[in-house]
Amino acid sequence: MSPKMFLLILLGLASFVYMQAKRKACSLNVSFRGSSGLHSRPGYYGLLSALWCVVPAVVIFAFWMFFSDSILTSLALKTLPDSLQNLSADQLNLLINNLRNLVAGHVAARDIDPVLQKAAVQYQGMAQISRVALGLVMGIVALLSASIVYSRIRPEMRARNHVERIVRLALVLCSTIAILTTIGIVLSVLFESIRFFQQVPITDFLFGMKWSPQMAMRADQAGSSGSFGAIPVLTGTFMISGIALSVAVPIGLLAAIYLSEYASTRVRAWAKPLMEILAGVPTVVYGFFAALVVAPFIRNSGEAIGLIVSSESALAAGLVMGIMIIPFVSSLSDDVINAVPQAMRDGSYGLGATKSETILNVIIPAALPGIVGGVLLAASRAIGETMIVVMAAGLSANFTANPLQAVTTVTVQIVTLLVGDQEFDSPKTLVAFALGLLLFIVTLILNVVALYVVRRYREEYE
Amino acid sequence: MTVSKKESTMDRVNKGLAKRYRREKWFRLSGLGAIILSIGFLALLFLSIISNGWTAFQQTEMLLDIHFDAQEFDVDNLSAANYGVLVKDGMRTLFPEVKERRNKRKLYKLVSSGASYILQDMVEQDTTIIGSTQKIWLPADDEVDMFMKGNISREVAENNRRLSDKQISWIDRLAADGRLKKRFNTVFFTAGDSREPELAGIRGAVAGSLFTLAVTLLLSFPMGVATAVYLEEFAPKNRWTDLVEVNINNLAAVPSIVFGLLGLAVFLNFFGLPRSAPLVGGLVLTLMTLPTIIIASRASLKSVPPSIREAALGVGASKMQTITHHILPLAMPGMMTGTIIGMAQALGETAPLLMIGMVAFIVDVPGGVTDPATVLPVQIYLWADSPERAFMERTSAAIMVLLAFLIFMNGIAVFLRRKFERRW
Repeated sequence: MSPKMFLLILLGLASFVYMQAKRKACSLNVSFRGSSGLHSRPGYYGLLSALWCVVPAVVIFAFWMFFSDSILTSLALKTLPDSLQNLSADQLNLLINNLRNLVAGHVAARDIDPVLQKAAVQYQGMAQISRVALGLVMGIVALLSASIVYSRIRPEMRARNHVERIVRLALVLCSTIAILTTIGIVLSVLFESIRFFQQVPITDFLFGMKWSPQMAMRADQAGSSGSFGAIPVLTGTFMISGIALSVAVPIGLLAAIYLSEYASTRVRAWAKPLMEILAGVPTVVYGFFAALVVAPFIRNSGEAIGLIVSSESALAAGLVMGIMIIPFVSSLSDDVINAVPQAMRDGSYGLGATKSETILNVIIPAALPGIVGGVLLAASRAIGETMIVVMAAGLSANFTANPLQAVTTVTVQIVTLLVGDQEFDSPKTLVAFALGLLLFIVTLILNVVALYVVRRYREEYE
Repeated sequence: MTVSKKESTMDRVNKGLAKRYRREKWFRLSGLGAIILSIGFLALLFLSIISNGWTAFQQTEMLLDIHFDAQEFDVDNLSAANYGVLVKDGMRTLFPEVKERRNKRKLYKLVSSGASYILQDMVEQDTTIIGSTQKIWLPADDEVDMFMKGNISREVAENNRRLSDKQISWIDRLAADGRLKKRFNTVFFTAGDSREPELAGIRGAVAGSLFTLAVTLLLSFPMGVATAVYLEEFAPKNRWTDLVEVNINNLAAVPSIVFGLLGLAVFLNFFGLPRSAPLVGGLVLTLMTLPTIIIASRASLKSVPPSIREAALGVGASKMQTITHHILPLAMPGMMTGTIIGMAQALGETAPLLMIGMVAFIVDVPGGVTDPATVLPVQIYLWADSPERAFMERTSAAIMVLLAFLIFMNGIAVFLRRKFERRW
């Protein structure tokens, strides 16, 4: 019987307990002058019993799911001869992998090591026992806790309050997921980054001018140390983001001004959702568009006027990324421009200013902090954008200021280093996490500053 | 210095007026231009995808007379027969004059390498065809398909194109005989991935996307709504709540690839969940879409007027009863709108899924959340990398399918908003 069946049986059991407890509550109900003698409505007694039936058993189930495999594996390893147990960590990992494959039946029958085979049989036997034990324990715990609650049902029992307390606890637990996610992100990138910095000094990473992580794979060859200088990668990232922002900020800002100050309601009702579509198109589509349409166009037009343009130029990726973030800039700017009080506009008109003079001299300065916040958010979006640059920007880390050359970005490097086979003890893999940490910190700072600026700005006019 | 003629304020204003009006007009036009430009980009994007991709919905097929020679078959072991030879024989009967071995090989290349599997399926379905000769439409090779769609030009020098002059003359003869025909490309919707463009389809990727989205929805909707309810209705104003809120706002802006790193380090390496599985993809996308759902749900809860709460509390409902019986039903359309928009984002997301190995070449259609799978955007990314011209067409077609899904989901969201939006 598979563990999934246990959960189904548990669900059936819980609904049975619910019915029984509800019936008992109803039978205990002695109405007094038309009002119910029960503290809570009968359903709550049922719910409380059912909850006590399900929750402890599910907790046990979750523990089993997380830990059974590692415990069983270590037990199976114990049965191996000593010579195999004293292997180095890498070889032990390999052994464990073989064992897992064997247990799952992925290996062809002929190349099985008899010792390992024994361990696998041992593993399967113990897994069988642990499944049976799980089923028994879950059943006993569920029945026991449900029957305790059932036996305690009295008319004066405060079942509703109990149920509500449990639900509220669940709500609190859900709300901690956000914090757990952040902690998970920080720990996972930090942990691997620290392992990376143990092998490569942090100053080499932050200030090194040469990036060629691919060479680190071959230990016995010349230049095997690899070089992990992040500067060329960072300049590439900033160049592409800069191109993107120089496309998106003017267009987005002008569009926002037109929509909020000039456009009729009908134009607004059409143009705004259309522009929002730009933000909803998946980035992989933009990447394909950049590689298929924009990059060849730029290369051809560059060659027509005698320039040498790389087919993976920073300009193509930046341009398309700019198109993608236009709606971020425009919708955020639209919000802040609308938040500028009408009195300021009226004052300016009263002095005889034209609409454009009012916008340029009064509204934009007043809305500037909000606009800057929006631009910062767009910048963080551009820096963290992955698919467009993976598909349209290059892999070679050129330290250049020429937008017609190929450059690489942080996200491109993370993807190329982590897609495919990974070794979690080689700096080549670990450096991706160091880049991820860098990316996380940079975007976090941009976001925090942007949110702070926007909030301050809102408070000013509200 | 003396002022020869005193200029009145009005004169100065009037003198500059034309210039100021001109500037006003230019400013206004540049604003309009910005909007037209960005909508133009959108139109260009859609046009280039559609013009590239619509031909992928058709596939060239070739009519061959296949003789199922009874000697080839062992009735007990049908899969042992050499079906490739049957296809080759069929080609040879059409072009008996081709004798040289090199040319024969070129000739065989015109029909898809998947043709033999189609024959095998036919025989396994119906063994009575053994011994007979059947007229069968078989998929042509992708190069033939590209030629028929006009993507390989005759004018190009022979060395620079993928079909030789001889092959083109054969194709012309087949076409003249009515043995080449374009049909609706059902393979594209019913097959998994393949190295051969004419056999590649999106069904595996669509199934992977559906499994991934199902996991995401099942986890993120209840958790998102629970978090929003707690923060909006119960949470006391203290440091902890502030911390949660700041976290949610920041997570909404963390680059998606960082979530991929989290998935790789925590779900794959620490918990040892299977690589390339929709389950892990769903977990990662859950963490990514939670902030979107929480923020939308909170806005929706906020819009329920306090009078509803007070009325419910006034007739003796507990706080939990007020929420479950009155507030949640009223806030549900808004929450669902937010969830659908979050799901649409998750459907289009690629980068974090690359990190957890959903980028592998997987032929089989996944049957569950732990089977190795890929998703539609990743399939697009994989095909976009393939050098064959026919894959470019299929990439665009897959993008059209993805965009159709997204438009459909957003359409539902807009519909829900229009239908249930209430101004209190």
